[in-house]
Amino acid sequence: MRDLERLDPPKSGFSRRAFLKGSGAVAAATALATAPERAQAQENKVQGAGPQTIELDVNGAARKVQVENRTTLLEALRYKLDLTGAKPVSIDGSSGASTVMVDGKPVCASTLLAVACTGKKIQTVESLGGEKPDAVCQQFVANDGMQCGFCTPGFVVAVRAFLNKNPKATEAEIRAGLNGNICRCGTYANVIQAAVAVVKGA
Amino acid sequence: MATYDWPAQGTASILGKRQARTDGLEKATGAAKYAYDVVRPNMLFAHLLTAQIAHAKVKLIDVAAAEKVPGVVSVKVLKKVGDEIRWTGDPIVCVAAESDAAAAEATKAVKVEWEPLDIFIADSDLAAATEAKRTGTVARNVQLANKVEGAEAEDAEIAKLLKEAAVTVESYYGIHVITHCCLETHGSTCEWKDGKLVAHLSTQNVSGTPAQFATPLKITAPEVTVHCDFIGGGFGSKFAADQWGVLAAEISKETGRPVKLMLDRRTDQEIGGNRPSGFINVKVGADKEGVVTVWDSHHWGTSGLSGGPIAQGVIPYVFNPVNRRRTVTPIATNAGPQRAWRAPNHPQGCAITQTAYDDIAAKLGISSLDVFLRNLPSVAKEKAEVYAEQLKIAAELIGWKEKWHAHGKGDKKGAVVTGLGIGIHTWGGGAHASRCDMKVHPDGGVEVSLGSQDLGTGTRTCIGMVAAETLGLPLSAVKVNIGLSSYPESGPSGGSTTIGGVSESTRRASTDALNHILGLAAAKLAVKAEDLEAKNGKIQLKDGSKSLTWKEAASLLGMKSLEVTGVFARGAKTNLSSSNVAGVQMAEVAVDTETGVVKMLKFVAVQDMGLVVNRLTAESQIYGAVIMGIASALFEERIMDPATGRFVNAELADYKLPRLGDIGQIVVHIYEPASEYSRGIIGLGEPPAIAPAAAIANAVANATGVRVPVLPLVPQRVITALKKKA
Repeated sequence: MRDLERLDPPKSGFSRRAFLKGSGAVAAATALATAPERAQAQENKVQGAGPQTIELDVNGAARKVQVENRTTLLEALRYKLDLTGAKPVSIDGSSGASTVMVDGKPVCASTLLAVACTGKKIQTVESLGGEKPDAVCQQFVANDGMQCGFCTPGFVVAVRAFLNKNPKATEAEIRAGLNGNICRCGTYANVIQAAVAVVKGA
Repeated sequence: MATYDWPAQGTASILGKRQARTDGLEKATGAAKYAYDVVRPNMLFAHLLTAQIAHAKVKLIDVAAAEKVPGVVSVKVLKKVGDEIRWTGDPIVCVAAESDAAAAEATKAVKVEWEPLDIFIADSDLAAATEAKRTGTVARNVQLANKVEGAEAEDAEIAKLLKEAAVTVESYYGIHVITHCCLETHGSTCEWKDGKLVAHLSTQNVSGTPAQFATPLKITAPEVTVHCDFIGGGFGSKFAADQWGVLAAEISKETGRPVKLMLDRRTDQEIGGNRPSGFINVKVGADKEGVVTVWDSHHWGTSGLSGGPIAQGVIPYVFNPVNRRRTVTPIATNAGPQRAWRAPNHPQGCAITQTAYDDIAAKLGISSLDVFLRNLPSVAKEKAEVYAEQLKIAAELIGWKEKWHAHGKGDKKGAVVTGLGIGIHTWGGGAHASRCDMKVHPDGGVEVSLGSQDLGTGTRTCIGMVAAETLGLPLSAVKVNIGLSSYPESGPSGGSTTIGGVSESTRRASTDALNHILGLAAAKLAVKAEDLEAKNGKIQLKDGSKSLTWKEAASLLGMKSLEVTGVFARGAKTNLSSSNVAGVQMAEVAVDTETGVVKMLKFVAVQDMGLVVNRLTAESQIYGAVIMGIASALFEERIMDPATGRFVNAELADYKLPRLGDIGQIVVHIYEPASEYSRGIIGLGEPPAIAPAAAIANAVANATGVRVPVLPLVPQRVITALKKKA
């Protein structure tokens, strides 16, 4: 129900937004604003809510993207950059299908705002393809670590990130360490074999 | 001349081998494009606002605020004041906007008021359903060795048989509603080109869905192209264009822009389909060897408002005791309608009846393997021997002899006990109708086209393997075109019918094409066509003394490509495919008696499927089916709020599914002796998904000595059952 709480914030009582409004940090920032900045802020009734162009470092290339504040990294990748490998399955990240690497760490792109990713290195599953595909992709194919394939890109990135951190992972460690991704077709047995094969071949 | 037969067992060069799927790299690198991934310039995003009350009359729908949300392009009101809402998730308003976020914001700005009506969702409670008048016609079916006239006499005979039985088990079992959870939700991206609709639809039914779009849009099927290269899960729930598919097409037409309408996760869980529940009261009598002499049951359950419970035919499952009385009561609830779910009826029937067979073993203190073996005379005659063989193989693979103990009599390590359980199943899996166009180009290029789809079972790869095997070519030499409704019609992928269907039509087309080429080659080589064969990329005399390369042979076509069509009609007499499989599964589990947590240790699946096309993807199907079975045995369940009828755990954070660490060791054994190979191809999608729940539930009963009656076996239910016993 996490996502529902987020979509429908309580009308009374504690909320994150109310907390921020009343926090000293925000008040201090306002006090420090210059007169022209305040005038600008008044002119844009809802500051920052409209479309803005940001630059994202995606798969080693600087990409200009027009986003809103509320645009998630996943939406920016899929609908602005046509990088549709990361998939929208659960908005709260519980399926892991939108897994990408941000500064080398696996994260669900559906849980990040695009504007929060400027200045970071974003690596999507597409970066593991190309002329010479990553060993993880190759072993997913060889061990049939996929059926419908919708969870596969997220799983591939999760395995790549996990093995980057644990290049000599044992099967038991693989079984314990890759529980952030859901596969409904039931490819887990094959994914384990694929990950084990990458370790052996590495 | 080549005939419509398969190569003798062990002689094929591609068929039956472990072949990595040809589209694997596309999937593993994110290049594969699903309906959800189709992005078009100027595309609109459409969202549905759905009812969040299960039964009510619409009092007011006010979309004024929604229309004012920046970026909103279209607002369609789908219900009128006074309309009755009968389940949560029923679409009320459809909004299309410039972005996903704007569409979501606008749906939230719609104001809806209801007049609430009575809600009933308690499908497991037969008494409550009766009181709420939500039960349908009670059906009864009696079979007796000693035939008697009239219901009263039948009842007396059943009572007498139960009294005479050496042992009786009286029990209650159940399995709750689960949902398909396709990771790609239902939906489409629709666009119009030159007045014709192109629907990029997530579908199991490429050939069958154009007409479903055409009728409500008042156009004809040829004016609709359905496209689906990849589908993110279906499991029986994606055969239709659906109301929301047609909406996307309508909005696209009205706005002149492409429209993407994919259901959000919650809505998908609510209306994208579910598997009916099943609950049963059973009295079963057996002799002292555990052979069932009489079965008496009353089962009920729901498929939503239509009220269809699981079929009588699967009660009891696989076993068919000579004396039986089966009563069934359908229950209608205010919940979203069911859709076909991998082996409709079978998994539930298996889980709520083979548990009773296991309880007989428990009561007699004997091995359930013996009970299953001794009851084989009551299964379909032609299958008894296959089950016996498969039980033997499975028992060896799981180590039954070494590990078995009587129910509840195993060693306890700390709070943990272990146990073994069995489930057996059956399925048809006969080939569906299919047409395949094969084109051989004079340059040697080969392509096949079928209006079929690859659910992830590896259909695309298998079609290529069949064509390549027939023509003696490597798999890479065949281009396989599927996923487009403009290709020749092939059946929907459901009921394990696809592999048989597409192999039939592809083998026929390839054989006809080959025979034409053999004729040309024979003339060129001045030999008889019947002395030629296609092998290793050559057309050659069987002794190898004369040959043409495939390319040389194809060039004999001259300027024009060879085009042939292979046709298979469902049910036609054939040597290439058949139906009706068995299958035996065994589970070994560990149960923590303090926490109630059940862990999978080992699972063995022995499965026949006639002739195996691709061993690698066939094994994957079985692994996957077993894991799906582990899900319904231990994790997943639709939980409804009785007050509102809302599906409270619809999001995947709350709808529990197994993860990679939850599956234990799975051993797959494909049973393919000559007697099976000679039957030709039989579908595999459904059968191995049937028995896991029964096998696991029985293993838990064997471990603990206690029957946890209702699935899934979540810790709370296990603990409750253990406490009840103590």
